[in-house]
Amino acid sequence: MTRNGPVALFFHTLVVIFMLAPLAIVCLVAFTPENTLSLPTRGFSLRWFQAVFHHPDFVQSFWNSLWLAVLSATLAVALAVPASLAVTRWEFPGRGFLNALFLSPLIIPHLVLGVAMLRLFAVVGATGSFGWLVAAHMVIVTPYVMRLLIAAISGFDRSVEQAAYSLGASEAIVFRRVTLPMILPGVTGGWLIAFINSFDELTMSIFITSPSTVTLPVRMYMYATESIDPMMAAVSALIIGITMVAVLLLDRVYGLDRILVGQH
Amino acid sequence: MSAALPETAPAAPGDETPERRFPTAPLFLSGPAALLFAALVLTPLFLTALLSFNQFDYATGRTGGFTLEHYLSVVTDEYYLEIFLRTFRISALATAICVVIGVPEAYILSRMTNPWRSIFLLVILAPLLVSVVVRAFGWSMLLGPEGPVNGALIALGIGRMKLLYTEGTVVVALVHVMLPFMVIPVWTSLQKLDPAVEQAALSFGASRATAIVRVVAPQILPGILSGSLIVFGLSASAFAIPGLLGGRRLKMVATVVYDQYLSDLNWPMGAAVAVILLAANLIIMLTYHRMVEGHYRRRLG
Repeated sequence: MTRNGPVALFFHTLVVIFMLAPLAIVCLVAFTPENTLSLPTRGFSLRWFQAVFHHPDFVQSFWNSLWLAVLSATLAVALAVPASLAVTRWEFPGRGFLNALFLSPLIIPHLVLGVAMLRLFAVVGATGSFGWLVAAHMVIVTPYVMRLLIAAISGFDRSVEQAAYSLGASEAIVFRRVTLPMILPGVTGGWLIAFINSFDELTMSIFITSPSTVTLPVRMYMYATESIDPMMAAVSALIIGITMVAVLLLDRVYGLDRILVGQH
Repeated sequence: MSAALPETAPAAPGDETPERRFPTAPLFLSGPAALLFAALVLTPLFLTALLSFNQFDYATGRTGGFTLEHYLSVVTDEYYLEIFLRTFRISALATAICVVIGVPEAYILSRMTNPWRSIFLLVILAPLLVSVVVRAFGWSMLLGPEGPVNGALIALGIGRMKLLYTEGTVVVALVHVMLPFMVIPVWTSLQKLDPAVEQAALSFGASRATAIVRVVAPQILPGILSGSLIVFGLSASAFAIPGLLGGRRLKMVATVVYDQYLSDLNWPMGAAVAVILLAANLIIMLTYHRMVEGHYRRRLG
């Protein structure tokens, strides 16, 4: 980092502190032995983590969020792989519309999606259903998967597939043995980014969860608006931990900068 | 090399001219996803748009009929005007601060050498993936009455200040959440920049400041613009930050929609505000596309 002057490095340090401070304080306060939100000045304690594990609502919400994220990410990938192949490899009427439709949840505020789904669920009588919640999360995570898959499929050397065809491979074999392995980083990267986005989602979910399907972010939001104690910090620290694991995995299989910044 | 190869599309190996007929393979492939999006994006948005024109009876909670009163009250009622104005003000301020912090930071990052560059890019961008509830909670602790910021103010002799539930806090937390969305597009346009051009300006005797203003800035302007629009759009529809840090009185558009739906149960009114929010967002995004396309067309032509 030799090319930046001292002023630039000072500025950079301030920005880094600004970005990390709220996360760092959450992780520190989570270990407080006190009853109030305070920095652990008299030693560390795990009592608030214990409190989380003995709080049935938080435990249930954690499992809700985990299942929701696993199911919606998996199903979104299952739908997005053929859909991305369709919109990248074929020219057909309505292709542009479909492409825009599949990416539209990126520009529709989640708040609007939330109230819209609430209305739909009320009309079809699906209020509080976990299955419909999964479908709603599939909608918001599919665009992230599609972006990675479309990039993977367009940067793909078709001659390999053609070689396989000319050697007599069937379509199913070509897909399973050639196409899928080549787009696999896009598939796993897409699954992980979908998982993280579903696991973290608050704004849409708060409208469409019922007491039995409340997700962890929604539970935390409700809890934080009523009372604030170090248990919130402990839950937050656990979430930061889970997110970091997912981020490191994502960095391994796909490259975080490639996912966030895109390939240019 | 992989584009423009429809005639060798694998799904129609026996078919000589697949692109002449209506192709069925892409319909089967994209069908399931298209059905999902028709059922859970188009239908609910359509229903919500219809709902926003329904009358609402406070006594019975029934909705029905046709009225424009919800849209009219948004443009005439002081309460809604103030909320839209506040949302605009807070979002504009957050966007401006994101430009002031994010653009130099992206430039500094791009001038670093690896491994520092990758490490700090991760540090700046990874908070994006941590739940916004956690980040809002972190700010409420930092700025709370017993938090370290107030501790520092007391130590400096300024004294305790009420920081929570103020517009300033909402702006600071929004900047924290949105900064990655500014750094990403600016970083992307800096990557396309040829460092030799800046070097050339310097070797012809331009000062560092001149080189940045005359050579670097014009080339990353589309990145700054696209970052600003994304940040503004996301800030204007932000829910968790004003919800947790704005308190009961500092309402923004998203928290008002939430109140209408889940406290007042006046769904048609909430739907009208949501439709306006969606329309404003789409206008911003379409303007952005037009501007970016216009920019490239000018550069190509």
